[in-house]
Amino acid sequence: MSSTRFDAEARQGLAMVSPPLIYAVLMLAAPLITILAYSFFKDGYLEVVREFTLENYRAVWSDPIFHKVMARSLGVAFAVTLATVALAFPVAYFLSFVVPPERKALWIFLITIPFWTSYLIRVFLWKVILGHNGVINSTLTGLGFIDEPLGFLLYNVQAMVITLAHAYAPFAILPIYVALEKIDRSLLEAGRDLGESRLMTFWRVTLPLAMPGVVAATLIVFIPTIGDYVTPELIGGGKMPMVANMVQANMLALDNKPMGSALAVTAMLIVAVVSVIFLFLNRRFLRVKQ
Amino acid sequence: MNDTIKVAAPATPARKPKAATRYAELQASKPMIECREVHKYYGDYHALRGIDLTIREGEFFSLLGPSGCGKTTLLRTIAGFEGINSGVVLIDDKDMAAVPANKRPTNMVFQSYAIFPHLTVAENVAFGLRRDPRSKAEKAAAVDEALKMVGLAGYGKRAAHALSGGQRQRVALARALILKPKVLLLDEPLSALDRKMREQMQVELIKLQRQVGITFVLVTHDQEEALVMSDRIAVMFEGQIAQLDYPEALYSRPVSRRVADFIGVMNFLPVTILSEDADTIRVDVEGLGEIDLPHSQVAAKGADDEQPMIGFRPEAMNIFPEGQPQTAPRQNGAVIDEVVYYGDMTYYDARLDEADGTLSAPVRISMRNVFGRDIPDVGTRATVGWSPSSLILFR
Repeated sequence: MSSTRFDAEARQGLAMVSPPLIYAVLMLAAPLITILAYSFFKDGYLEVVREFTLENYRAVWSDPIFHKVMARSLGVAFAVTLATVALAFPVAYFLSFVVPPERKALWIFLITIPFWTSYLIRVFLWKVILGHNGVINSTLTGLGFIDEPLGFLLYNVQAMVITLAHAYAPFAILPIYVALEKIDRSLLEAGRDLGESRLMTFWRVTLPLAMPGVVAATLIVFIPTIGDYVTPELIGGGKMPMVANMVQANMLALDNKPMGSALAVTAMLIVAVVSVIFLFLNRRFLRVKQ
Repeated sequence: MNDTIKVAAPATPARKPKAATRYAELQASKPMIECREVHKYYGDYHALRGIDLTIREGEFFSLLGPSGCGKTTLLRTIAGFEGINSGVVLIDDKDMAAVPANKRPTNMVFQSYAIFPHLTVAENVAFGLRRDPRSKAEKAAAVDEALKMVGLAGYGKRAAHALSGGQRQRVALARALILKPKVLLLDEPLSALDRKMREQMQVELIKLQRQVGITFVLVTHDQEEALVMSDRIAVMFEGQIAQLDYPEALYSRPVSRRVADFIGVMNFLPVTILSEDADTIRVDVEGLGEIDLPHSQVAAKGADDEQPMIGFRPEAMNIFPEGQPQTAPRQNGAVIDEVVYYGDMTYYDARLDEADGTLSAPVRISMRNVFGRDIPDVGTRATVGWSPSSLILFR
């Protein structure tokens, strides 16, 4: 009796989940498998030769350009993640602990305002702000602080970090905010009651309990940043390629799909390894059930 | 303590404290917490309206009242989580006005227990020992000792979130008591437990308090809990203390109808005051007839527009099937409307015969069930026996 009911329920559940499941398999798994397969094929003239080889990976791993580009990608991604999470934490803390409950929805709404325009336009706006005749330079020259526009604002790694940190800020604020909201306020009072100052209570209670949010924010910022394509192209001026630009060049300009695929898979592996190490380092915070 | 005095103490008449020796000792001990004219506002809301009380060293003191009466606010004021707008709070003779929560000689057991979920049981208990100058091994021994005291020996390595409600409660107790505070504050600590567990913890808390000798201040809305556990109870309504007394006095001598109504079950019957002299008041009670009451059985004067009432507890009357002989000094006929059987007790809702042939307002009478005695049926007539000495006049 109960098993037939369960079967009926299971069938109903399966029927409901099938369309998005099929969609997800087609849209996510299929391209991924294609890329994986390509990375083990040989490149021919105008076509992919379907013959198994490890040559692509050998070439990628021994390529000094790839080393440099990957190092830059990791460097930019680390810097962006650090800046974003470090700046997002105080905002999330303010949102959770200072903003009165009836105002919180408004504040969250305000934080998501940058999403109203497309990512591309936001990147372009940073170009306008940081550019040779951009907002900062023309303001400073206009006010007479400088005679010539500053050249170091745009087309370098710092500019990319600033742009990406701004773009991903809400992604970091929201998970940290949620983690802070979940903290039972009486835990903080208990910390004080047991003799700790506000600062020590933050260090010993608030921060460890907010860590799941911080970990989530870190991964949400780090993973897409390392594969970012638009910002290096526009803000880096094409002179500072990151790994996605290298993949794009191989896939399209050089028409070497197996090589591009091997690059993509390698980058994916590196991101996965870094993420797993990061999760492992934070495992004791992630096990906490509140 | 002194056995001879205990033996000499009279066999608890209704209004004498249950442990006369202990009360005498407490009365002699020094004040631990003193509140003088404490006022607290939340915006326009006047949460504490001039609280005056003295809690003595070693006392188990309860703040009892309905939700919103200010009892938790008062507790948090003592703990230092809430400032006060005027008045003085002294703990151990020191003014607490400028002392923040983390510097006060108080520790709290929170309603939610506030067990740190990211720490083990032992780490939770050791939380307050960070600046303790003792060695690691000595601290670990102290933690084990504290866990043993609350019956959690060997639980130190467990994750806090894997504990049951009762175990969390014990960890919270150990975590507070290991710091040897002068005052332990308990904010409705038993309200989240099921009934059996609650009754068990009540007894354990009393034992623990006697063992450590620390002043306990308990906030509760459960009058039974307060009666069971406390040396003294402050009943609070709307930010004021309505009555501060021993449990026995509170139960048998409530100063107002409101307190009487809040503590246990109290029957009320309207009365007409006939005459009054230096010794007694003569009243005519609906259902009970004319009675002379000494002034000691008269509660403080209430509001002028209140109808004077006679109050009595359900156990102040006996009820038997009509015709069965009784020894009570006064007896009335009654009709039984309802019988509620509790196993050890039975509650009867009955209406008493009036002189003019009508029936009084319903009253609740309780009887201990004794083997061989019949429980009168619903709808039958019964005889109610009582004594004027168990009545209180609220005027």
